[in-house]
Amino acid sequence: MASGHDDHHHGPAKGIKRWLFATNHKDIGTMYLVFSLAMFLLGGTFALVIRAELFQPGLQFVQPDFFNQMTTMHGLVMVFGAVMPAFVGLANWMVPLMIGAPDMALPRMNNWSFWILPFAFTMLASTLLTDAGAPNFGWTFYAPLSTTYATSSVTFFIFAVHMMGISSIMGAINIIATIQNLRAPGMTYMKMPLFVWTWLITAYLLLLVMPVLAGVVTMMLFDVHFGTSFFSAAGGGDPVLFQHVFWFFGHPEVYIMILPAFGVVSEIIATFSRKKLFGYDSMVYATSSIAFLSLIVWVHHMFVTGMPLAGELFFMYATMLIAVPTGVKVFNWVTTMFKGSISFETPMLFAIAFVVLFTCGGFTGLMLAIAPADFQYHDTYFVVAHFHYVLVPGAVFSLMAAAYYWLPKWTGNMYDENLGRVHFWLSFIGINILFFPQHFLGLAGMPRRIPDYALQFTDFNMMSTVGAFLFGFSQLIFVWVVIKCVKGGKKATAEVWDGSHGLEWTLPSPPPYHSFTTPPAIK
Amino acid sequence: MANMASKQASGGYDQPYYVPEHSPFPIAASVGLALFVFSLGHLLNDIKAGEGTGLASVMTFAGFAVIATTLFFWFSTQIRENHQGLPGAQLKRSYVLGMYWFIFSEVMFFAAFFGALFYVRMWVVGWLGGEGDKGITGQMLYPEFQATWPVVDNPNPALFPDPEESMAWPGFSGMLSYLPLWNTILLISSSFTVHIAHTALKNGNRQKLITWLGLTVLLGIVFLFLQIEEYSHAYSELGLTLNSGIYGSTFFLLTGFHGFHVTLGAFMLSVMFFRALKGHFKPEDHFGFEAASWYWHFVDVVWVCLFIFVYIL
Ligand code: HEM
Ligand SMILES: [Cu+2]
Repeated sequence: MASGHDDHHHGPAKGIKRWLFATNHKDIGTMYLVFSLAMFLLGGTFALVIRAELFQPGLQFVQPDFFNQMTTMHGLVMVFGAVMPAFVGLANWMVPLMIGAPDMALPRMNNWSFWILPFAFTMLASTLLTDAGAPNFGWTFYAPLSTTYATSSVTFFIFAVHMMGISSIMGAINIIATIQNLRAPGMTYMKMPLFVWTWLITAYLLLLVMPVLAGVVTMMLFDVHFGTSFFSAAGGGDPVLFQHVFWFFGHPEVYIMILPAFGVVSEIIATFSRKKLFGYDSMVYATSSIAFLSLIVWVHHMFVTGMPLAGELFFMYATMLIAVPTGVKVFNWVTTMFKGSISFETPMLFAIAFVVLFTCGGFTGLMLAIAPADFQYHDTYFVVAHFHYVLVPGAVFSLMAAAYYWLPKWTGNMYDENLGRVHFWLSFIGINILFFPQHFLGLAGMPRRIPDYALQFTDFNMMSTVGAFLFGFSQLIFVWVVIKCVKGGKKATAEVWDGSHGLEWTLPSPPPYHSFTTPPAIK
Repeated sequence: MANMASKQASGGYDQPYYVPEHSPFPIAASVGLALFVFSLGHLLNDIKAGEGTGLASVMTFAGFAVIATTLFFWFSTQIRENHQGLPGAQLKRSYVLGMYWFIFSEVMFFAAFFGALFYVRMWVVGWLGGEGDKGITGQMLYPEFQATWPVVDNPNPALFPDPEESMAWPGFSGMLSYLPLWNTILLISSSFTVHIAHTALKNGNRQKLITWLGLTVLLGIVFLFLQIEEYSHAYSELGLTLNSGIYGSTFFLLTGFHGFHVTLGAFMLSVMFFRALKGHFKPEDHFGFEAASWYWHFVDVVWVCLFIFVYIL
């Protein structure tokens, strides 16, 4: 994407070597973004298989076991293949530009973190072609389903997760080192753009929990292959132990997927409202408190496993507490827009949709956080609706917004605004038809992760499937917009947007191959 | 490799930040890693299925060899770059930060296993013994099971054979023949010896550096020998194996991963030993040595936690 024109005589290497041997943060960022788009389409295909099967009750297209493989692979590919690498790709591209750095702090390790991923996902996806089939125990891979009762593909699943963990940890180390060490002189922490702040905090979260994920799959590996009994009560272990260790990773993980999205949206709303972001400091503190709280609420995923009353209460109130800093953020976004002279280009449309729909997802989260209510909602489509509202019109919309916002900076060309808006509106309508009815299905008692269902759930499921195909195929418009923009288009200025602010807009579009040849002065 | 620094003058630092033009190592290391885990996966599945393992073990080894070779050349390149003076003070600071946060992630890796140990000891064993909040599980499933730690009588000995004995502290009378105690003494002393080596390095006393660093490596190796001795004793005489229930599981996983880290740390220190022999380090410039010694201190701290929570308490 970076048509790396260069002030010095050494530009990018020619051909495939440029990508295989890359050390440049923009090239690596581009690879991350392209990879994650490919994974988004792959995971999306799995999702459409699921929705096609659920269009009607009864078994139409796939057998239950394959259905389970689809839900598992969909979740894993979306979380670890699409959303996380996309944000790392954005960090690679934007953090050095935003803090006035020449590149990422550790350029070779940067490329290593990227190149592990395609191998990990190839290995994971290849299990689909084996006799045993892909993992079928859900993306949360609860023991003993994933230990005692797993097929042989679990071994490859475990190693794939190890590889993703190594990649994320190295990525996080790199981002932290870059932000701590490579800020232009004068850029104090409280002058950093919010995207940089949210990524810094996300990177700490990654370092805190990815090793724990590695730990839990390691225990699985030993239970499966070396006869240990961590998750088997017959040997004095406990399957519930699995859930604790998994969710100690799992809940912060959802914030790993949403905090950088908060950063993106904060940048975009300020730009298109042509105002300074309202409440910068409180945004920083809110993000930090969310990150801290996210480490002490994991048991809200386990309310129904049974625990002492004090435990239920603690985790219930701690979870609800997260709504406070989250509310601060939503308030700040809305207040930034208040009395701004807003224009509605595609990034802004996605950002506003983010604020509205993510807030809906947050509210259903609050409902789920109420332990006695969760006894009813748990493992129903209500949970599916909740986390898709935070993940799709949340994390994914913010990624779309980011792509539209920065594409002109990356490629030097403006994208096709009309197509962008078409993409937005079809996505917006599609997503709501897709997920809104699932709330009702869940409240009416339809369980999640089943290929067949009782007749009374049919109408809402049909709606949901229609929305799914609408949303899914609309994403091809996005692919088209990106390709078109890379190929050409109206030339972008350095500022790109009227109200843009920050160092990345002081460089030409596209920026030179080596970002800041001299660190800029920060006022 | 084109050793061309991008030409930015970095604020506050007198040298441009060195960004290598391109590098074959990351992709090579990724290929090696992929080959290694893919073959290891097949190897483990073949063993479990009772099938032949010839090809898979060869490929596993090949994958490992690719990673090791790549890392060798990767680090050699970095050392050479350092001799050429390419990394400035700012890049060195990045290395330091990288190492800090890497060790931090390792701490969290061990935290997962310690967390599992605490959870089992605090709650699970009690519940299985019929006490407390989920005691009903134990009463229904394993009415015979008694809640004690170490667990030497498993809930279901048919699946998980009971060990005859645990590794628990034998009391002050049996102290002297208790290997973990000696291992503790060894590792703690090695933290001091590596510190003395570091001080010697900072004072430019190479002979002293070599002596004390060599001694540190030696202590590490003796530690590993004693651990092997301890393991074979457990396997052959105590019937304590990975398969003997939750005590064996937590014991071997925690001490085993620690032992693996000692191996890694001792390896890193011995590389530093040979680099010291070659005169690589300067009193003000010896990041490689420092990184290895921090790692060593970290491994030492983990051991102290292990000694307390796995062996003594
Ligand atoms: C105010 C904020 C939030 C609250 C109070 C909240 C609360 C909850 C609760 C209580 C559950 C468990 C439901 C059950 O299994 O019965 C849950 C599930 C989930 N949440 Fe949230 N949540 C919030 C924000 C988020 C965000 C920001 C994300 C991701 C970006 C997210 C992703 C998920 C996912 C993926 C699950 C389902 C996990 C599974 O069982 O597969 N949540 N949430
Ligand atoms: Cu959660």
